[in-house]
Amino acid sequence: MTHRETILARIREALKNPAPPPGQGAEMRASARAWLPPAGETLEEQIELFRQNAQHLQAEFHTFPDLPAAARHVRSLAAAGGWKKIGLHTGSLTGPVARELGLREVRTDCGYSVEELESCDAALTECEVLVAQTGSVLVSSPSAGGRALSVLPPHHVVLARRNQMVSDLTAALQHVSDKFRDKFPSFLSFITGPSRTGDIERILVLGAHGPKKLSVLLLP
Amino acid sequence: MSAAAAQFRAQARLCAADLRHRHFIQTALAGYYAKRDECQNRFRSWARACQAAAAVKQDAVNHLDSCLEEFASKIEARGAKVFWAPAAAEARAYILQLARDRQARLIIKSKSMTTEEIHLNAALEKEGFQVVESDLGEYIVQLRHEAPYHLVFPAMHLTRHEISDLFHEKLGSPPTDDPEELTMTARRVLRLKYCQADIGISGANFAIAQTGMISITENEGNARLTASLPKVHVAVVGIERILPKLSDLALFLPLLATAGTGQPLTCYNSLFGGPRQPGEPDGPAEFHVVLLDNRRSELLADAEQRDALRCIRCGACLNVCPIFKSIGGHSYGTVYQGPIGAVITPHLLGLQQWKHLSQASSLCGACAEACPVGIHLHHHLLQNRRNAMRAAPLWREKLLFAAYAFVMRRPAWYRISARLARLIQPLHRWIGGSAVDPARAWTKTRALPRLAPKSFGRLWRERPRP
Amino acid sequence: MGMVRVFERLGHQVEYPPAQTCCGQPPFNAGYWDEARAVARRQMEVFGDAEVVVSASGSCGAMIKIFNAMLFQGRPEEARAKTLAARTFEFSEFLVNRLGLSDVGARFEGRATFHDGCHGLRELGLKKPPRQLLQHVRGLQLVEMNDRETCCGFGGTFAVKFPMISTAMGEAKCAAIAETGADFVISNDSSCLMQLQGILDKQGSRVQTLHLAQVLASA
Repeated sequence: MTHRETILARIREALKNPAPPPGQGAEMRASARAWLPPAGETLEEQIELFRQNAQHLQAEFHTFPDLPAAARHVRSLAAAGGWKKIGLHTGSLTGPVARELGLREVRTDCGYSVEELESCDAALTECEVLVAQTGSVLVSSPSAGGRALSVLPPHHVVLARRNQMVSDLTAALQHVSDKFRDKFPSFLSFITGPSRTGDIERILVLGAHGPKKLSVLLLP
Repeated sequence: MSAAAAQFRAQARLCAADLRHRHFIQTALAGYYAKRDECQNRFRSWARACQAAAAVKQDAVNHLDSCLEEFASKIEARGAKVFWAPAAAEARAYILQLARDRQARLIIKSKSMTTEEIHLNAALEKEGFQVVESDLGEYIVQLRHEAPYHLVFPAMHLTRHEISDLFHEKLGSPPTDDPEELTMTARRVLRLKYCQADIGISGANFAIAQTGMISITENEGNARLTASLPKVHVAVVGIERILPKLSDLALFLPLLATAGTGQPLTCYNSLFGGPRQPGEPDGPAEFHVVLLDNRRSELLADAEQRDALRCIRCGACLNVCPIFKSIGGHSYGTVYQGPIGAVITPHLLGLQQWKHLSQASSLCGACAEACPVGIHLHHHLLQNRRNAMRAAPLWREKLLFAAYAFVMRRPAWYRISARLARLIQPLHRWIGGSAVDPARAWTKTRALPRLAPKSFGRLWRERPRP
Repeated sequence: MGMVRVFERLGHQVEYPPAQTCCGQPPFNAGYWDEARAVARRQMEVFGDAEVVVSASGSCGAMIKIFNAMLFQGRPEEARAKTLAARTFEFSEFLVNRLGLSDVGARFEGRATFHDGCHGLRELGLKKPPRQLLQHVRGLQLVEMNDRETCCGFGGTFAVKFPMISTAMGEAKCAAIAETGADFVISNDSSCLMQLQGILDKQGSRVQTLHLAQVLASA
């Protein structure tokens, strides 16, 4: 018998003893969304909720009237941070903004070395959706230039459009389920604020391994 | 008394008397309580959310075989390799062989209780592989050659000065009492390791059956790096981690964060469904998922205690347990501490050797109250005690309780015993607290209660009748 | 006796079956369920056809209301255990939830804090009733302590099997009591009171423990 068969046989044998379930598994799953924190009804409420969450998380969040305005803001971040090299992936938002910056670039979708990416000062990515309820950015391998880009450089800048804002985690997961159907990418991540740790005397420190700074820029 | 029990008693005695340590832990947890309450209040109903979670997890556990099969087939379809490990030995052997075959030198790990459970690090190091823990707390206790203190906060017992001394000694960094500087020191060291590691080993918080993905919850980003940069990613996952549907994460991720760390959501909640897919810019070339049984199926067979497999390893029960707060995480001497540890360790490692953990509890029930998936931990401790006594009764105790039952079923005997106790009590003052005092366990640190001069029964009888 | 006085002041008839002894919790907690069953069975006989059973202890109340069901699950006595459970109440629960009373005409001068016994708090769900009753006691100044819901450390046989841990927990509780500046600590569980008084006496503290019924009986 293979190990797989051994374990499955043990499980089936064990399950022969009926255990009382707490009851109504299916119904409780369906109603669970109602017990979670509120998520904002209208888009404006959701944007406001995202803004409040971002502030609490010490993530930067701004709305811009157009792409050039956002690009100008990124240029000011670059100047303040003394950026020399940025990582990014090819995208309709990331491309134009990067052009404005005129810095050395590491494009992860064109093949890259880890050392090159590790020495970048910032990362420019897009995303799948923004989640109002939690102030999270949902990234995936295709939408954010792979797995490492959004977590290795010390400053992560996310460019997103208003129509990418969704209410809650349920909506976010539904979005990717509908979009990818059975062809999920191998990597998805909910990013909720800059990296942090409390492992030393429970004192909050940002930038433990992932980015110390997270900026979310919302475009129309 | 088993060796483990003796060790436990000795450790517990030391820690319980260490006021500085108790105070430190209490302070560490005070912040957690406040944040947890704040998060719970944001839920429209925390209680109902927990009930829903209990129902969903119980469902998963009751259909563990079909859920695991679905998980395996979905994740294998994307090129992941699933290894079914009946016990710790097979899991270790598989990973060791993998490391040999890939000629690995450096292995980077993110936090995983299952890898502690199977004693993976020791096995790898014995064969000459360099293993580095990347989670800051785990890295710290690894440098100290210590076990993690707590499921979720491995280094919560250490002050910043102790950590500064540690880094100064092991890494040559200048002494500092700034937690940020200490964190940055660790960050600099570990960044190089991520880039150089040949294999990344992680655990998983959940395994989604419907879509064939594992879900990892963290704050630092080290798990993401562990699963992104090295060419090989191995995840060691307990079989009970199964969640049936992707949408279940919308409930479980906030629940885990709130109960575990008092956050609405942790920084990174990442889903890994396979190795690098065609067209993806990066990711490991190989992804191995080791599904670990290691006697979980035995816990599954215990219909009374099966719900303990709902556990999402949030650590909430540890955080509210007055025993844990008195004796600290290391006293348990087990991979899983606190109430959940006391409940499951007898199943995983043997009842007679580990029953003392179930006995070292006042059964206050704070753990069950805190559990986000509604496990009746305190009742399971009672059941463990019963099972232990049934299998191997302590004859002295059994005799004592048989005598007790004899007296309690005969009111006349009960009254005589009570009267005798009243007579003897004044004499007890002479031997109270000394070596010959049979009530020494109490009187060493506490005064004996003064029996009322007349029992209630007597007072009742003597009342004037209207 | 306090309980009896309160009930009689309220005009109720109190019966005390003299044959009662113990609810069987000690052997139950220690894992000797056969012995526990022997004692519990006897108790069910003694209280057989009582209309209502009121207990002064959250622990004993929990034993009859909750744990008897575990003890007798799948056995012939199961139905009888459930019937008795339905008719059994802890003292404060009975006054507030059954009789609908908060004011029992009590008077007690002093500054006191309340300790929630774990069984009463968590198994029986009683947080408000004791406080509602105490709030109406004339002359009583009730202050809440930090960590009021944390266990005192008694835990039955735990207190003598793991005395070092039990004492540590009790000391933490006594420290919380001391912080309130209260002269009295009130509880609805005698075992908790025994643990706390034991430590307070050892510490030479002037704080006195009182049972809820004693306070409510004072006039």
